[in-house]
Amino acid sequence: MRDARAEVRRPIGLRLWLSGGWLSLLALAAIFAPLIAPHDPLAQDLFLGRLPPFWEDGTEPGYVLGTDSLGRDVLSRILYGARLALIVALVAGTLTCLIGATLGLVAGYYRGWCDRIISRFVDIWMAFPPVLFAILLIAVLGPGLISIIIAIVVIDWTRFARVIRAEAMSQGAMDYVASAQVAGRTQFGTMLTEILPNVLPTIVALLTLEMGIAVIVEAILSFVNLSISTDSPTWGGMIAEGRTSVHQAWWVLVFPLITLFLTVLSFSQLGEGLKDRFDPVLR
Amino acid sequence: MMYQVTDLHLSLPDMTRKPLVGAAPRIHILKGLTFDVPKGAVLGIVGGSGSGKSTLGRAMLRLLEPTSGQIVFDGTDVSHLIEDQLRPMRRRFQMIFQDPMSSLNPRRRVGGIIAGPLRLHGMETAGKVDDALEMVGLPRSFASRYPHELSGGQRQRVGIARAIALRPDFILADEIVSGLDVSSQAQVLNLLEDLVRELGLTLAFISHDLSVIRRLCSRIIVLDQGKIVEEAPTEALFEAPKASYTRALLQAIPLPDPYQVWD
Repeated sequence: MRDARAEVRRPIGLRLWLSGGWLSLLALAAIFAPLIAPHDPLAQDLFLGRLPPFWEDGTEPGYVLGTDSLGRDVLSRILYGARLALIVALVAGTLTCLIGATLGLVAGYYRGWCDRIISRFVDIWMAFPPVLFAILLIAVLGPGLISIIIAIVVIDWTRFARVIRAEAMSQGAMDYVASAQVAGRTQFGTMLTEILPNVLPTIVALLTLEMGIAVIVEAILSFVNLSISTDSPTWGGMIAEGRTSVHQAWWVLVFPLITLFLTVLSFSQLGEGLKDRFDPVLR
Repeated sequence: MMYQVTDLHLSLPDMTRKPLVGAAPRIHILKGLTFDVPKGAVLGIVGGSGSGKSTLGRAMLRLLEPTSGQIVFDGTDVSHLIEDQLRPMRRRFQMIFQDPMSSLNPRRRVGGIIAGPLRLHGMETAGKVDDALEMVGLPRSFASRYPHELSGGQRQRVGIARAIALRPDFILADEIVSGLDVSSQAQVLNLLEDLVRELGLTLAFISHDLSVIRRLCSRIIVLDQGKIVEEAPTEALFEAPKASYTRALLQAIPLPDPYQVWD
């Protein structure tokens, strides 16, 4: 009977496999980009400009996904672009989560003056238009990887704070919190050992979502030329360049776009998949 | 005396009527309660909804601080102790909650739920969890289950196991059978009766249902709108209720009618 229940609770999780598989593949590609990329992503060759992908006519061997107008290999640029995208997703996502979730948890559990200060701060923060805020911030800090990460954290921590605060508040009203007090647990201990495990599924779901958002924000910033310097390949930068020649060379736009799409989708599906797999409470 | 409660008043801020600026108006919930709980007694606290019986329970366990008056637990005045001073004492007075779905952390296994309080008070956990499960009539294998995998009656038994594992002197049971079906109610009440006898517990049993209280309690307090309207030994109260509110509560008990005809 126990075994039967275990099977019911642990489905194979196609969602987890597909999204996790794509992201692992991407991570490997990013780490080993110098080894597996067929060409230097920055090497220009005007004689090889706008080569189509391999199944069309007029290709050169070795340029699987074609080249852009300057003759740079699209596949190699996508592989190198994955580096930046994943670094931004991981670092910015994690930092945003840590800051936002901590503030949200404290505000939602302790309430009182602590909640009032944090909540008012979040309200004021959210009144700024986020994209303008990011552009302004990068204009001040100067473009670069660190600036992108700071911009994402600064814009998005409020999302975590809001959601986790609400979640911590509803958990704080449950009797198991009163029961922890009856048992003699300190307030801080209750927050960490009783509340946190119950908001963790929400935090993980938000974190993976945030990683997807971070990839998009990085792409948007590259698109408006505010990401890191123009010669490092980024997906957003490729999309921006591809847009100008979409009628002559659609592949320069479409391949990075598909990669971006699959990556963001995988991040959000990963969150759901992890929850299905590891959360003991069936919803 | 286990508990001596003297002229207990308690009011809480009413956040629904809080003005934009300034403090919320306070609702006076407990209005001067005085009663004793002798050691080894089983006290029933009865009242309709809103009578303040749960608030009284939470004040006795010092989850709420009284506005005025005194709560003396086993010779120690606990009315205004701060949490740090209360914590070492908390092992001695425990509580069983009304809704085990809410009072058992859904993301912890039963074993962890029972062992948690033991660890906090520096007691060894290994045998005690099994003992507690056994005393409430649950198999040991339940230690590795999550609360949502249990039935309502089993969950409430886990709540009881958690309270008795600490070997407290006093247990407050707050409407612990009101969420259960009638047969589970009877089982849980039988269990509680046995435990009180075996462990020599002092028990306060809060309920809105006098028939449930009659089984268990030697003495009954009837609360209405934050005041004690009647205090009497169980038999006396059932035979000759003095307050009109008590009579109304007694009349609300559905009696089995052997001559009933279905037509």
